[in-house]
Amino acid sequence: MIEAGELRKGLKILLDGEPYIITEFQFVKPGKGQALYKCKLKNMINGTQFDRTWRSGEKFEKAELEEHSMQFLYADDDAFHFMNTETYDQIALTADQVGDAKNFLTENLIVEILFFESSAIGITVPNFVEMQIVQSDPGMKGDTATGATKPATMETGYTLQVPLFVDQDEVIKIDTRTGEYVERVKK
Amino acid sequence: MNLISSLKDKKDTLKTRAKIIQAIRGFFIERDFLEVETPLRVRAPAPELHLKAVKSGDRWLVTSPELQMKQLVAAGYERIFQVCRVFRDAESGRMHNPEFTMLEWYRADADYAALMDDMKEIVLAAAQAAGSGRTIKYGNLSINLDAEWKKSTVSDAFEKFAGYRPGPDPDPDRFDVDMVDRVEPELGITVPTFLIDYPASMCSLSRIKKDNPGVCERVELYIAGVELANGFSELVDSREQRRRFERDLAQREAKGLDVYPIDENFLKALDHMSVSAGCALGIDRLVMLLCNKQNIHDVMCFTAGDS
Repeated sequence: MIEAGELRKGLKILLDGEPYIITEFQFVKPGKGQALYKCKLKNMINGTQFDRTWRSGEKFEKAELEEHSMQFLYADDDAFHFMNTETYDQIALTADQVGDAKNFLTENLIVEILFFESSAIGITVPNFVEMQIVQSDPGMKGDTATGATKPATMETGYTLQVPLFVDQDEVIKIDTRTGEYVERVKK
Repeated sequence: MNLISSLKDKKDTLKTRAKIIQAIRGFFIERDFLEVETPLRVRAPAPELHLKAVKSGDRWLVTSPELQMKQLVAAGYERIFQVCRVFRDAESGRMHNPEFTMLEWYRADADYAALMDDMKEIVLAAAQAAGSGRTIKYGNLSINLDAEWKKSTVSDAFEKFAGYRPGPDPDPDRFDVDMVDRVEPELGITVPTFLIDYPASMCSLSRIKKDNPGVCERVELYIAGVELANGFSELVDSREQRRRFERDLAQREAKGLDVYPIDENFLKALDHMSVSAGCALGIDRLVMLLCNKQNIHDVMCFTAGDS
Protein backbone atom coordinates (compact mmCIF):
# COMPACT_ATOMS: atom_id res chain seq x y z
CA MET A 1 0.00 0.00 0.00
CA ILE A 2 1.05 3.59 -0.67
CA GLU A 3 0.33 6.37 1.83
CA ALA A 4 -0.87 9.75 0.47
CA GLY A 5 2.44 11.31 1.56
CA GLU A 6 4.27 9.03 -0.89
CA LEU A 7 2.25 10.07 -3.94
CA ARG A 8 4.40 11.49 -6.75
CA LYS A 9 4.05 12.56 -10.35
CA GLY A 10 4.20 9.53 -12.62
CA LEU A 11 3.06 7.08 -9.95
CA LYS A 12 0.33 4.62 -11.00
CA ILE A 13 -2.39 3.78 -8.50
CA LEU A 14 -5.58 1.73 -8.45
CA LEU A 15 -8.90 3.51 -7.91
CA ASP A 16 -12.11 1.45 -8.09
CA GLY A 17 -10.08 -1.32 -9.67
CA GLU A 18 -8.81 0.80 -12.55
CA PRO A 19 -5.27 2.05 -13.11
CA TYR A 20 -4.61 5.79 -12.95
CA ILE A 21 -1.40 7.70 -13.52
CA ILE A 22 -0.65 10.88 -11.54
CA THR A 23 0.10 13.48 -14.21
CA GLU A 24 0.56 16.42 -11.84
CA PHE A 25 1.30 16.50 -8.13
CA GLN A 26 1.55 19.26 -5.55
CA PHE A 27 2.12 19.26 -1.78
CA VAL A 28 -0.12 21.91 -0.21
CA LYS A 29 -0.93 22.97 3.34
CA PRO A 30 -3.41 25.68 4.24
CA GLY A 31 -2.30 28.01 7.08
CA LYS A 32 -2.37 26.03 10.36
CA GLY A 33 -4.06 23.21 8.45
CA GLN A 34 -3.13 19.68 7.51
CA ALA A 35 -0.79 18.46 4.77
CA LEU A 36 -2.71 17.78 1.55
CA TYR A 37 -1.73 16.24 -1.75
CA LYS A 38 -3.24 17.78 -4.87
CA CYS A 39 -3.20 15.43 -7.85
CA LYS A 40 -4.27 15.39 -11.48
CA LEU A 41 -5.05 11.85 -12.55
CA LYS A 42 -5.54 10.10 -15.85
CA ASN A 43 -7.34 6.81 -16.29
CA MET A 44 -4.91 4.57 -18.14
CA ILE A 45 -7.66 2.57 -19.86
CA ASN A 46 -10.02 5.25 -21.17
CA GLY A 47 -7.93 8.40 -20.78
CA THR A 48 -10.46 10.35 -18.66
CA GLN A 49 -8.83 12.91 -16.38
CA PHE A 50 -9.79 14.45 -13.06
CA ASP A 51 -8.40 16.41 -10.09
CA ARG A 52 -8.38 15.10 -6.58
CA THR A 53 -6.92 16.29 -3.26
CA TRP A 54 -6.01 13.68 -0.66
CA ARG A 55 -5.21 13.96 3.03
CA SER A 56 -2.33 12.43 4.97
CA GLY A 57 -3.06 8.90 6.05
CA GLU A 58 -5.21 7.95 3.06
CA LYS A 59 -3.90 4.78 1.45
CA PHE A 60 -3.73 3.46 -2.09
CA GLU A 61 -2.89 0.30 -3.93
CA LYS A 62 -0.19 0.54 -6.56
CA ALA A 63 -1.37 -0.32 -10.09
CA GLU A 64 0.81 -3.09 -11.46
CA LEU A 65 1.33 -2.59 -15.17
CA GLU A 66 3.72 -4.25 -17.54
CA GLU A 67 4.97 -3.08 -20.89
CA HIS A 68 6.21 -5.53 -23.51
CA SER A 69 7.84 -5.04 -26.90
CA MET A 70 5.66 -6.80 -29.47
CA GLN A 71 6.00 -7.29 -33.19
CA PHE A 72 3.00 -6.64 -35.42
CA LEU A 73 2.32 -9.77 -37.49
CA TYR A 74 -0.86 -9.20 -39.50
CA ALA A 75 -4.43 -8.02 -39.35
CA ASP A 76 -7.44 -10.09 -40.33
CA ASP A 77 -11.16 -9.37 -40.27
CA ASP A 78 -11.41 -9.81 -36.50
CA ALA A 79 -8.19 -8.63 -35.02
CA PHE A 80 -4.67 -7.29 -35.09
CA HIS A 81 -2.10 -9.95 -34.21
CA PHE A 82 1.12 -9.29 -32.30
CA MET A 83 3.97 -11.43 -31.01
CA ASN A 84 6.02 -10.88 -27.85
CA THR A 85 9.61 -10.57 -29.08
CA GLU A 86 11.01 -12.30 -25.99
CA THR A 87 8.53 -15.07 -25.22
CA TYR A 88 7.06 -15.45 -28.74
CA ASP A 89 3.58 -15.43 -27.14
CA GLN A 90 0.95 -14.14 -29.54
CA ILE A 91 -1.97 -11.87 -28.72
CA ALA A 92 -4.86 -10.47 -30.72
CA LEU A 93 -6.26 -6.97 -30.20
CA THR A 94 -9.51 -5.55 -31.53
CA ALA A 95 -9.59 -2.46 -33.75
CA ASP A 96 -10.93 -0.50 -30.75
CA GLN A 97 -8.00 -1.54 -28.58
CA VAL A 98 -5.51 -0.61 -31.27
CA GLY A 99 -7.15 2.77 -31.92
CA ASP A 100 -5.30 5.27 -34.11
CA ALA A 101 -2.15 3.15 -33.96
CA LYS A 102 -3.70 1.01 -36.71
CA ASN A 103 -2.82 3.76 -39.22
CA PHE A 104 0.85 3.03 -38.70
CA LEU A 105 0.97 -0.75 -38.26
CA THR A 106 3.06 -2.25 -40.99
CA GLU A 107 4.27 -5.84 -40.99
CA ASN A 108 7.08 -6.53 -38.46
CA LEU A 109 6.81 -3.08 -36.80
CA ILE A 110 7.91 -3.25 -33.15
CA VAL A 111 5.45 -1.54 -30.78
CA GLU A 112 5.15 -1.25 -26.98
CA ILE A 113 2.00 -2.76 -25.50
CA LEU A 114 0.89 -1.93 -21.95
CA PHE A 115 -0.78 -4.68 -19.93
CA PHE A 116 -2.97 -4.31 -16.85
CA GLU A 117 -4.00 -7.54 -15.14
CA SER A 118 -2.91 -9.42 -18.27
CA SER A 119 -5.12 -7.47 -20.68
CA ALA A 120 -3.62 -5.05 -23.15
CA ILE A 121 -4.77 -1.48 -22.41
CA GLY A 122 -2.47 0.64 -24.53
CA ILE A 123 -0.29 0.51 -27.58
CA THR A 124 2.58 2.87 -28.34
CA VAL A 125 3.99 2.98 -31.86
CA PRO A 126 7.45 4.51 -32.54
CA ASN A 127 7.43 8.31 -32.91
CA PHE A 128 8.47 7.94 -36.55
CA VAL A 129 7.56 5.21 -39.03
CA GLU A 130 8.39 4.69 -42.68
CA MET A 131 5.67 3.55 -45.07
CA GLN A 132 5.05 3.19 -48.76
CA ILE A 133 2.49 5.27 -50.63
CA VAL A 134 0.10 2.96 -52.52
CA GLN A 135 -1.96 5.64 -54.22
CA SER A 136 -1.40 9.32 -54.98
CA ASP A 137 -2.23 11.27 -58.13
CA PRO A 138 0.69 13.10 -59.77
CA GLY A 139 1.08 16.74 -58.70
CA MET A 140 -0.38 19.27 -61.16
CA LYS A 141 2.37 20.57 -63.45
CA GLY A 142 3.08 24.23 -62.88
CA ASP A 143 1.58 24.29 -59.41
CA THR A 144 4.69 25.47 -57.55
CA ALA A 145 3.03 27.31 -54.69
CA THR A 146 5.12 26.75 -51.57
CA GLY A 147 3.50 24.29 -49.24
CA ALA A 148 1.00 23.00 -51.77
CA THR A 149 -0.02 19.44 -50.94
CA LYS A 150 -2.06 16.54 -52.28
CA PRO A 151 -3.60 13.47 -50.60
CA ALA A 152 -1.70 10.17 -50.49
CA THR A 153 -2.95 6.79 -49.29
CA MET A 154 -0.54 4.52 -47.44
CA GLU A 155 -0.25 0.74 -47.40
CA THR A 156 -2.25 0.68 -44.13
CA GLY A 157 -5.11 2.59 -45.72
CA TYR A 158 -4.16 5.78 -43.88
CA THR A 159 -4.52 8.94 -45.94
CA LEU A 160 -2.49 12.10 -45.36
CA GLN A 161 -1.31 15.23 -47.16
CA VAL A 162 2.09 15.10 -48.85
CA PRO A 163 4.02 17.69 -50.92
CA LEU A 164 3.35 17.65 -54.68
CA PHE A 165 6.82 16.31 -55.55
CA VAL A 166 6.21 13.03 -53.71
CA ASP A 167 5.16 10.21 -56.02
CA GLN A 168 3.15 7.03 -55.71
CA ASP A 169 5.22 3.97 -54.58
CA GLU A 170 7.73 6.16 -52.75
CA VAL A 171 8.54 5.55 -49.06
CA ILE A 172 7.96 8.45 -46.67
CA LYS A 173 8.62 9.13 -43.00
CA ILE A 174 5.59 10.00 -40.84
CA ASP A 175 5.46 11.50 -37.33
CA THR A 176 2.95 9.22 -35.56
CA ARG A 177 2.27 11.79 -32.82
CA THR A 178 0.81 14.27 -35.31
CA GLY A 179 0.08 11.86 -38.15
CA GLU A 180 1.90 14.23 -40.53
CA TYR A 181 4.41 13.81 -43.36
CA VAL A 182 8.04 14.46 -42.37
CA GLU A 183 10.22 13.64 -45.38
CA ARG A 184 10.88 11.37 -48.34
CA VAL A 185 13.02 8.32 -47.60
CA LYS A 186 15.64 7.51 -50.24
CA LYS A 187 15.76 3.78 -50.75
CA MET B 1 21.43 20.43 -12.49
CA ASN B 2 24.72 20.63 -10.62
CA LEU B 3 24.86 22.82 -7.54
CA ILE B 4 27.47 25.32 -8.69
CA SER B 5 25.64 26.18 -11.91
CA SER B 6 22.33 26.35 -10.06
CA LEU B 7 23.90 28.80 -7.56
CA LYS B 8 25.25 30.88 -10.44
CA ASP B 9 21.80 31.03 -12.02
CA LYS B 10 20.24 32.19 -8.75
CA LYS B 11 22.61 35.08 -8.16
CA ASP B 12 20.27 37.87 -9.31
CA THR B 13 17.37 36.45 -7.33
CA LEU B 14 19.51 36.06 -4.22
CA LYS B 15 20.70 39.67 -4.54
CA THR B 16 17.08 40.80 -4.68
CA ARG B 17 16.31 38.55 -1.72
CA ALA B 18 19.02 40.29 0.33
CA LYS B 19 17.65 43.71 -0.65
CA ILE B 20 14.16 42.66 0.42
CA ILE B 21 15.39 41.49 3.82
CA GLN B 22 17.39 44.71 4.28
CA ALA B 23 14.30 46.77 3.41
CA ILE B 24 12.26 44.83 5.95
CA ARG B 25 14.87 45.46 8.66
CA GLY B 26 14.82 49.15 7.67
CA PHE B 27 11.04 49.22 7.94
CA PHE B 28 11.09 47.96 11.54
CA ILE B 29 14.09 49.99 12.68
CA GLU B 30 12.43 53.21 11.40
CA ARG B 31 9.39 52.38 13.50
CA ASP B 32 11.33 51.79 16.70
CA PHE B 33 11.10 48.01 16.68
CA LEU B 34 13.91 46.14 18.41
CA GLU B 35 15.48 43.25 16.53
CA VAL B 36 15.76 40.21 18.78
CA GLU B 37 17.17 36.70 18.60
CA THR B 38 15.59 33.78 20.42
CA PRO B 39 16.77 30.16 20.70
CA LEU B 40 16.37 27.82 17.76
CA ARG B 41 16.51 24.76 20.04
CA VAL B 42 13.75 24.61 22.64
CA ARG B 43 12.36 22.11 25.17
CA ALA B 44 8.72 22.76 24.33
CA PRO B 45 7.64 23.77 20.83
CA ALA B 46 4.05 24.93 20.36
CA PRO B 47 1.90 21.77 20.16
CA GLU B 48 0.22 22.63 16.87
CA LEU B 49 -1.61 19.64 15.46
CA HIS B 50 -0.20 19.97 11.95
CA LEU B 51 3.43 20.93 12.60
CA LYS B 52 6.19 18.37 13.08
CA ALA B 53 9.21 19.64 15.01
CA VAL B 54 12.65 18.16 14.31
CA LYS B 55 14.45 16.58 17.28
CA SER B 56 17.83 18.11 18.15
CA GLY B 57 19.53 16.27 21.01
CA ASP B 58 17.29 16.67 24.07
CA ARG B 59 15.46 19.60 22.48
CA TRP B 60 13.42 20.46 19.38
CA LEU B 61 14.16 22.91 16.60
CA VAL B 62 11.59 25.73 16.64
CA THR B 63 8.70 25.58 14.18
CA SER B 64 8.19 29.29 15.00
CA PRO B 65 9.82 31.67 17.50
CA GLU B 66 6.44 32.81 18.87
CA LEU B 67 6.53 31.33 22.38
CA GLN B 68 9.89 32.98 23.11
CA MET B 69 9.03 36.31 21.51
CA LYS B 70 5.79 36.57 23.48
CA GLN B 71 7.76 36.21 26.70
CA LEU B 72 9.73 39.29 25.62
CA VAL B 73 6.48 41.15 24.95
CA ALA B 74 5.26 40.15 28.42
CA ALA B 75 8.51 41.51 29.86
CA GLY B 76 7.77 44.92 28.40
CA TYR B 77 9.45 44.75 24.99
CA GLU B 78 6.66 46.56 23.24
CA ARG B 79 7.82 46.35 19.63
CA ILE B 80 10.09 43.53 18.53
CA PHE B 81 10.91 41.69 15.34
CA GLN B 82 13.06 38.78 14.27
CA VAL B 83 14.19 37.22 10.99
CA CYS B 84 15.14 33.60 11.62
CA ARG B 85 15.15 30.08 10.28
CA VAL B 86 12.36 27.77 11.40
CA PHE B 87 12.11 24.04 10.86
CA ARG B 88 9.08 21.97 9.89
CA ASP B 89 9.66 18.32 9.20
CA ALA B 90 8.14 16.64 6.13
CA GLU B 91 7.02 19.88 4.47
CA SER B 92 8.40 19.79 0.98
CA GLY B 93 6.87 21.05 -2.24
CA ARG B 94 6.66 23.98 -4.60
CA MET B 95 5.74 26.31 -1.71
CA HIS B 96 7.45 24.44 1.14
CA ASN B 97 10.97 23.64 2.27
CA PRO B 98 11.58 21.87 5.61
CA GLU B 99 13.62 24.86 6.81
CA PHE B 100 12.70 28.36 5.75
CA THR B 101 13.07 32.00 6.75
CA MET B 102 10.41 33.61 8.86
CA LEU B 103 9.84 37.22 9.74
CA GLU B 104 7.98 37.53 13.02
CA TRP B 105 6.97 40.74 14.78
CA TYR B 106 4.93 41.82 17.81
CA ARG B 107 3.24 45.04 18.85
CA ALA B 108 1.95 45.73 22.36
CA ASP B 109 -1.35 47.61 22.68
CA ALA B 110 -2.48 46.59 19.22
CA ASP B 111 -4.80 44.11 17.56
CA TYR B 112 -4.89 42.38 14.21
CA ALA B 113 -6.04 45.55 12.43
CA ALA B 114 -2.62 47.09 13.14
CA LEU B 115 -0.96 43.97 11.72
CA MET B 116 -2.81 44.39 8.44
CA ASP B 117 -1.38 47.91 8.13
CA ASP B 118 2.09 46.54 8.89
CA MET B 119 1.75 43.72 6.34
CA LYS B 120 0.75 46.17 3.65
CA GLU B 121 3.63 48.55 4.41
CA ILE B 122 6.12 45.67 4.51
CA VAL B 123 5.02 44.32 1.12
CA LEU B 124 5.20 47.83 -0.38
CA ALA B 125 8.69 48.40 1.05
CA ALA B 126 9.83 44.99 -0.17
CA ALA B 127 8.36 45.57 -3.64
CA GLN B 128 10.18 48.88 -3.89
CA ALA B 129 13.46 47.25 -2.80
CA ALA B 130 12.95 44.51 -5.39
CA GLY B 131 12.31 47.09 -8.10
CA SER B 132 8.84 45.69 -8.85
CA GLY B 133 7.17 49.06 -8.38
CA ARG B 134 3.48 48.95 -7.49
CA THR B 135 2.53 45.86 -9.44
CA ILE B 136 3.39 42.24 -8.75
CA LYS B 137 3.54 40.12 -11.89
CA TYR B 138 3.26 36.52 -10.85
CA GLY B 139 2.85 33.86 -13.51
CA ASN B 140 -0.02 35.13 -15.65
CA LEU B 141 -1.42 37.26 -12.79
CA SER B 142 -0.93 40.96 -12.25
CA ILE B 143 -1.59 42.23 -8.73
CA ASN B 144 -2.12 45.93 -8.20
CA LEU B 145 -0.58 47.05 -4.89
CA ASP B 146 -1.98 50.58 -5.23
CA ALA B 147 -5.63 49.56 -5.24
CA GLU B 148 -7.39 49.21 -1.91
CA TRP B 149 -6.40 45.87 -0.38
CA LYS B 150 -9.35 43.54 0.10
CA LYS B 151 -10.58 42.17 3.40
CA SER B 152 -12.78 39.11 3.45
CA THR B 153 -13.99 37.05 6.38
CA VAL B 154 -13.43 33.30 6.14
CA SER B 155 -17.20 32.90 6.23
CA ASP B 156 -17.77 35.23 3.25
CA ALA B 157 -14.91 33.72 1.24
CA PHE B 158 -16.25 30.18 1.74
CA GLU B 159 -19.77 31.29 0.89
CA LYS B 160 -18.51 32.87 -2.31
CA PHE B 161 -16.04 30.21 -3.50
CA ALA B 162 -17.07 26.97 -1.78
CA GLY B 163 -20.81 27.58 -1.55
CA TYR B 164 -21.30 27.36 2.23
CA ARG B 165 -20.44 29.11 5.51
CA PRO B 166 -18.20 26.97 7.72
CA GLY B 167 -19.49 27.98 11.20
CA PRO B 168 -17.52 28.05 14.46
CA ASP B 169 -16.35 24.41 14.46
CA PRO B 170 -16.25 23.04 10.91
CA ASP B 171 -15.13 19.55 9.93
CA PRO B 172 -11.39 20.23 9.56
CA ASP B 173 -10.96 17.73 6.71
CA ARG B 174 -13.62 19.30 4.56
CA PHE B 175 -12.50 22.81 5.54
CA ASP B 176 -8.85 22.20 4.62
CA VAL B 177 -9.61 20.54 1.28
CA ASP B 178 -12.07 23.27 0.25
CA MET B 179 -9.60 25.90 1.41
CA VAL B 180 -6.85 24.67 -0.92
CA ASP B 181 -9.08 23.55 -3.81
CA ARG B 182 -11.66 26.32 -3.95
CA VAL B 183 -10.86 29.31 -1.74
CA GLU B 184 -7.10 29.94 -1.78
CA PRO B 185 -6.76 29.93 -5.60
CA GLU B 186 -9.24 32.85 -5.73
CA LEU B 187 -7.56 35.03 -3.08
CA GLY B 188 -5.39 38.02 -3.93
CA ILE B 189 -5.43 37.47 -7.67
CA THR B 190 -5.96 41.13 -8.62
CA VAL B 191 -5.26 42.95 -5.33
CA PRO B 192 -3.78 41.55 -2.08
CA THR B 193 -6.45 40.06 0.18
CA PHE B 194 -6.63 39.68 3.94
CA LEU B 195 -8.61 36.61 4.98
CA ILE B 196 -9.87 37.36 8.50
CA ASP B 197 -11.94 35.94 11.37
CA TYR B 198 -11.28 32.20 11.29
CA PRO B 199 -13.65 29.69 12.88
CA ALA B 200 -13.17 29.67 16.67
CA SER B 201 -12.02 26.05 16.56
CA MET B 202 -9.01 27.17 14.46
CA CYS B 203 -7.92 29.92 16.84
CA SER B 204 -4.49 28.44 17.72
CA LEU B 205 -3.00 31.20 19.93
CA SER B 206 -5.40 33.97 18.96
CA ARG B 207 -8.12 35.82 20.82
CA ILE B 208 -11.81 35.06 20.28
CA LYS B 209 -13.63 38.05 18.79
CA LYS B 210 -15.59 39.94 21.46
CA ASP B 211 -18.71 40.67 19.45
CA ASN B 212 -18.71 37.30 17.65
CA PRO B 213 -17.59 34.30 19.73
CA GLY B 214 -17.85 32.00 16.70
CA VAL B 215 -14.67 33.42 15.22
CA CYS B 216 -11.18 34.42 16.32
CA GLU B 217 -9.10 37.48 15.47
CA ARG B 218 -6.76 35.78 13.07
CA VAL B 219 -5.68 37.13 9.69
CA GLU B 220 -3.84 35.64 6.74
CA LEU B 221 -2.51 37.67 3.84
CA TYR B 222 -2.89 36.22 0.32
CA ILE B 223 -1.23 37.49 -2.82
CA ALA B 224 -1.71 35.58 -6.09
CA GLY B 225 -3.32 32.71 -4.18
CA VAL B 226 -0.16 32.38 -2.08
CA GLU B 227 -0.53 32.39 1.70
CA LEU B 228 2.09 34.88 2.78
CA ALA B 229 1.53 35.79 6.45
CA ASN B 230 -0.49 34.79 9.48
CA GLY B 231 -1.28 37.15 12.38
CA PHE B 232 -3.30 37.15 15.59
CA SER B 233 -4.71 39.44 18.17
CA GLU B 234 -2.92 37.47 20.87
CA LEU B 235 -4.72 35.42 23.47
CA VAL B 236 -3.41 36.64 26.85
CA ASP B 237 -5.37 34.28 29.10
CA SER B 238 -3.04 31.54 30.37
CA ARG B 239 -5.86 29.28 31.58
CA GLU B 240 -7.53 29.30 28.20
CA GLN B 241 -4.19 28.84 26.45
CA ARG B 242 -3.35 25.85 28.71
CA ARG B 243 -6.72 24.31 27.87
CA ARG B 244 -5.99 24.71 24.14
CA PHE B 245 -2.48 23.27 24.49
CA GLU B 246 -3.84 20.27 26.42
CA ARG B 247 -6.49 19.69 23.77
CA ASP B 248 -3.87 19.94 20.99
CA LEU B 249 -1.49 17.59 22.81
CA ALA B 250 -4.28 15.05 23.33
CA GLN B 251 -5.05 15.20 19.60
CA ARG B 252 -1.36 14.77 18.79
CA GLU B 253 -1.16 11.75 21.06
CA ALA B 254 -4.27 10.24 19.48
CA LYS B 255 -2.68 10.63 16.04
CA GLY B 256 0.55 8.99 17.17
CA LEU B 257 2.53 12.24 16.78
CA ASP B 258 5.33 13.40 19.09
CA VAL B 259 3.92 14.84 22.31
CA TYR B 260 5.84 17.89 23.57
CA PRO B 261 6.02 19.22 27.13
CA ILE B 262 3.99 22.37 27.81
CA ASP B 263 6.09 25.53 27.92
CA GLU B 264 5.28 26.63 31.49
CA ASN B 265 7.45 29.77 31.23
CA PHE B 266 5.35 30.87 28.28
CA LEU B 267 2.06 30.28 30.11
CA LYS B 268 3.34 32.20 33.18
CA ALA B 269 4.42 35.05 30.95
CA LEU B 270 0.99 35.24 29.28
CA ASP B 271 -0.55 36.50 32.53
CA HIS B 272 1.80 39.50 32.37
CA MET B 273 1.19 40.22 28.72
CA SER B 274 -0.98 43.18 27.82
CA VAL B 275 -3.18 43.26 24.77
CA SER B 276 -0.91 42.71 21.79
CA ALA B 277 -0.70 41.40 18.27
CA GLY B 278 1.86 39.31 16.44
CA CYS B 279 2.44 38.17 12.91
CA ALA B 280 4.63 35.73 10.96
CA LEU B 281 5.50 36.25 7.31
CA GLY B 282 7.28 33.79 5.02
CA ILE B 283 10.24 35.66 3.54
CA ASP B 284 10.88 32.99 0.90
CA ARG B 285 7.34 33.26 -0.45
CA LEU B 286 7.55 37.05 -0.50
CA VAL B 287 10.73 36.76 -2.59
CA MET B 288 8.99 34.24 -4.88
CA LEU B 289 6.17 36.72 -5.50
CA LEU B 290 8.49 39.67 -6.09
CA CYS B 291 10.91 37.73 -8.34
CA ASN B 292 8.14 35.83 -10.16
CA LYS B 293 9.51 32.42 -9.16
CA GLN B 294 7.15 29.46 -9.04
CA ASN B 295 9.26 27.23 -6.81
CA ILE B 296 10.57 28.06 -3.34
CA HIS B 297 13.82 26.34 -4.27
CA ASP B 298 14.46 29.10 -6.82
CA VAL B 299 14.76 31.72 -4.08
CA MET B 300 16.94 29.86 -1.54
CA CYS B 301 20.72 29.23 -1.90
CA PHE B 302 20.53 25.70 -0.63
CA THR B 303 17.46 23.53 -0.40
CA ALA B 304 16.68 20.32 1.41
CA GLY B 305 18.08 18.30 -1.48
CA ASP B 306 21.42 20.18 -1.57
CA SER B 307 22.58 20.15 2.02
